[in-house]
Amino acid sequence: MMEDASGIPIERTITPYLIGIVLALTLTAIPFGLVATGALDRSTTLGVIVVVAVIQIFVHLRFFLHIDFASTPKENLIALAFACVLIFIMVGGSLWIMFDLYHRMMV
Amino acid sequence: MDIIFGRLTIDSLPFYSLIAASGAGVTVLGALSVVAVITYFGAWRLVLFDWISSIDHKKIGIMYIMVALVMLMRGFIDAAMMRSQQAIAFNSDGYLPPSHFDQIFTSHGTIMIFFMAMPFLSGLINLIMPQQIGSRDVAFPFMNAISLWLTTAGAGLVLVSLVIGKFSTAGWTGYPPYSGSEFTPGVGVDYWLWAVLISGIGSTMTGINFLVTIIKCRAPGMTMFRLPLFTWTVFVTAILMVFAFPSLTVACGMLVLDRTVGMHFFTNGMGGNMMNYINLFWLWGHPEVYILILPAFGVFSEVVAVFSQKRLFGYISLVLATMAIGFLSFTVWLHHFFTMGSSARVNSFFGTMTTIIAVPTGVKVFDWLFTMYRGRIIFKPPMLFTLGFLVTFTIGGLSGVLLAMPPVDYLMHNTTFLVAHFHNVIIPGVLFGYIAGYMFWFPKAFGFKLNEKWGTWSFWCWIIGFYLAFMPLYVLGFLGMPRRMEHYDIAAWQPHLIVAAIGAFIIFLGIVCMAVQLVVSIRDRNEALDLTGDPWNGRSLEWATSSPTAAYNFAVLPQVQSIDAWWDMKQRGVAYKRPDAYEDITLPKNTFISAVIGGAGFVFGFAMIWYIWWLAILCLAVIAGAVIVRASDDDSDYVIPASEVKAIEDARFAQLAKAPKNEMADDPGFAGQPVAEGSA
Amino acid sequence: MTATAWTNVSPRDAEKYEEKEFGFWLYLMSDAIIFSLLFATYLIMVGNAAGGPTGKELFSLERAAGETALLLFSSTTFGLAAVALSSAERSKVLLWLAITFALGAGFIFLEIGEFRGMIAEGAGPDRSGFLSSFFTLVGTHGLHVSVGLLWIAVMIGQVLFKGLTAPVASRLMRLGLFWHFLDIIWVVIFSVVYLPGLL
Repeated sequence: MMEDASGIPIERTITPYLIGIVLALTLTAIPFGLVATGALDRSTTLGVIVVVAVIQIFVHLRFFLHIDFASTPKENLIALAFACVLIFIMVGGSLWIMFDLYHRMMV
Repeated sequence: MDIIFGRLTIDSLPFYSLIAASGAGVTVLGALSVVAVITYFGAWRLVLFDWISSIDHKKIGIMYIMVALVMLMRGFIDAAMMRSQQAIAFNSDGYLPPSHFDQIFTSHGTIMIFFMAMPFLSGLINLIMPQQIGSRDVAFPFMNAISLWLTTAGAGLVLVSLVIGKFSTAGWTGYPPYSGSEFTPGVGVDYWLWAVLISGIGSTMTGINFLVTIIKCRAPGMTMFRLPLFTWTVFVTAILMVFAFPSLTVACGMLVLDRTVGMHFFTNGMGGNMMNYINLFWLWGHPEVYILILPAFGVFSEVVAVFSQKRLFGYISLVLATMAIGFLSFTVWLHHFFTMGSSARVNSFFGTMTTIIAVPTGVKVFDWLFTMYRGRIIFKPPMLFTLGFLVTFTIGGLSGVLLAMPPVDYLMHNTTFLVAHFHNVIIPGVLFGYIAGYMFWFPKAFGFKLNEKWGTWSFWCWIIGFYLAFMPLYVLGFLGMPRRMEHYDIAAWQPHLIVAAIGAFIIFLGIVCMAVQLVVSIRDRNEALDLTGDPWNGRSLEWATSSPTAAYNFAVLPQVQSIDAWWDMKQRGVAYKRPDAYEDITLPKNTFISAVIGGAGFVFGFAMIWYIWWLAILCLAVIAGAVIVRASDDDSDYVIPASEVKAIEDARFAQLAKAPKNEMADDPGFAGQPVAEGSA
Repeated sequence: MTATAWTNVSPRDAEKYEEKEFGFWLYLMSDAIIFSLLFATYLIMVGNAAGGPTGKELFSLERAAGETALLLFSSTTFGLAAVALSSAERSKVLLWLAITFALGAGFIFLEIGEFRGMIAEGAGPDRSGFLSSFFTLVGTHGLHVSVGLLWIAVMIGQVLFKGLTAPVASRLMRLGLFWHFLDIIWVVIFSVVYLPGLL
């Protein structure tokens, strides 16, 4: 996809969307199927759900949002990376703090 | 509950107490006198069509600063009332009943942070930053105006709370469960929440705007590492705004849901977790204090270089320190609630990070000191405020390092020691910085300088008043006095509180000096005209434009070749070169839509507070409609033809030819003794 | 590839559209922070059912699957609208936008049904901390989708009345960013809320 940095597409094809939907449907069917059938135990299922979700996010970023190292402007990538780091700190920090407080203050 | 008026009734008017009625009276009178003054000068056309509908960043900046200065006075009145109450309330009720005192400390903090400091920094940045990077405006002028009007809407809600209903008594931090509907039903906390939420949306948009502007709208040759330090601090501040304000929106949004719809995020039962509010609030709150101070650090960087007549020392270290502060500010937030009960592991992690974040600020202080070393210092008011900052802020920073240690904080948390610490960094840091910026850049905005004698007196009142008002609070903290106390029975505290009240009075004199300074400067403006646009022999590009700046900022965008771009152009002799040719310049048209959105935001907040649902829905519809109308408008610019640009520039060059020698070029004057115009 | 109105965009206008796209991207990053904090709150409060109903009792795998399918397909149909946009086929743009709208509206219809059902059986957001955080997290996403639907409707109007001009194209691309972003959030929602809740 030859995309001008203005975000206005010069050319869009159907291919990435087809790949995207097939992958996304697969990556959705797996966790839904595991929950529906109860095939694996709880913690393994949770692990699969998380892994598959992360992969699906990348699928969406790549095939629907056309984010890649070639055509996406550098500053957009940096903003995304920074947001991910901050989300890790904020969510991770909050969970650490709140569960620590829960153990000390609410049990 | 009434369908038409929600929970608004005649009892919402403040006739239950003399003090409340006086506050309401002053507010109403203030609003009426503004209307009267505009009418008297026949200035409605000017106000409406040149200012309220303007989306020019310079005008937006000036309007922000006007909001900030008005709210500084309102917030200061709160402070004066608290100081006088505490000075007399030993074994006595004083003159303020507790519920009133509680509203006052709540509004003091809320106003000073959200409606004084934030608009002040947004205003200075708006006025100056695009000029510093050689741009014609910010990236999104229309959104810029929306931010201004949403901030004003929030300030308006706080002011209206003086007249209709009451304000919050839950402190500027609004902790549940006290701030929840079980313990504080009524409109007070809701006023606070909507004022904060609405202006917070404005701040988030401002952050996005500034960030895109700096990244995308720089003049040719203006690489990131040639940016002036003020712009660097704005860059990091904007990143903090974009990424921190969402947390405030979430915290306050959840509290709104608890109070309005009966949810259980922070209730004392039914599965609520009130500690999560504190976590979310301070996730925002800590970056917020760096949002407040970083632009002030940027101002100091500019002022110290210009008034030491020397290049800023350690550019790279200042940039890296700013970036470090920005990043680290997201890793320390728990130090605001060490005592909430986390384990030693959690507390010591955040305590360590807090101690670390002091280091880059220390680097900056040394860089400023080294800039002054072997400079030729000019003691004009902006520099006086900078010197006052360097000494006083350091004390506040040190008390912060003390508090960073959890065991110490367990003793000092929520005592007046903490109050002294944060005022000791905010007043000399944030406020002195913005006052210095206001005096430094005033000529750029209006074309004439502020009176330096009154500026100097204002500085001395502020700094002496500050020490008298806040050093006793450190002592009181050690003596065990908690914060927010409406009365007390420990005799040893009173002398300190009396000294503090005297300090507050001297600060009041400092504010009076600033007001007099403004009046005198306007009266005498023709004797202090800035005809060159560069009254201080400045170093960065904002001094290349005329004063006041033309609508388009630069007739021809500058070609930047170095740090201190304007200074470099002056050294190379190209500073005032006439361009060969001018081009048409496209600028955005004025529009009332942004003010309409702000106004609808104000009414929406009011409607949500008073449960007037039909009005809230109507306001949302108006906002949606306004956005859609604007988003369908593909013809929102106008063109200044090259001939008109030439005419404006020719007039400017003619004025330049008549300008007297710049007093700061070779013969520096001392504060209070400006060099006479035209002397050699 | 056919020549379109925006391949002849002036450099200055191209810069402007670039700025708008980057600014919108930054807004999406701030929205990502909001959602991540809503997720964090949900995880903190998922056990706080206060003796009331839990996810296991309330959630429906079939409905979650239906909502997921609707939103996922709507992302694809929006992509097809973008393809039509790039080859300047106005009627196809309108068709795919309309289908996207219908799928999104179907999603909202299912979600409103879910919320109403829960409220009717006494499991509303005021029942417990867990339910407050559930309704707020999923409801905030639903609100975003609803705003997106309004935006799609406005864009259908703009394409009808202005055609595929450069400003219209720029707005459509930003809408696309928004719409795909919301599908990403939904992936996290079913992975954090519905699937673990039903385990």
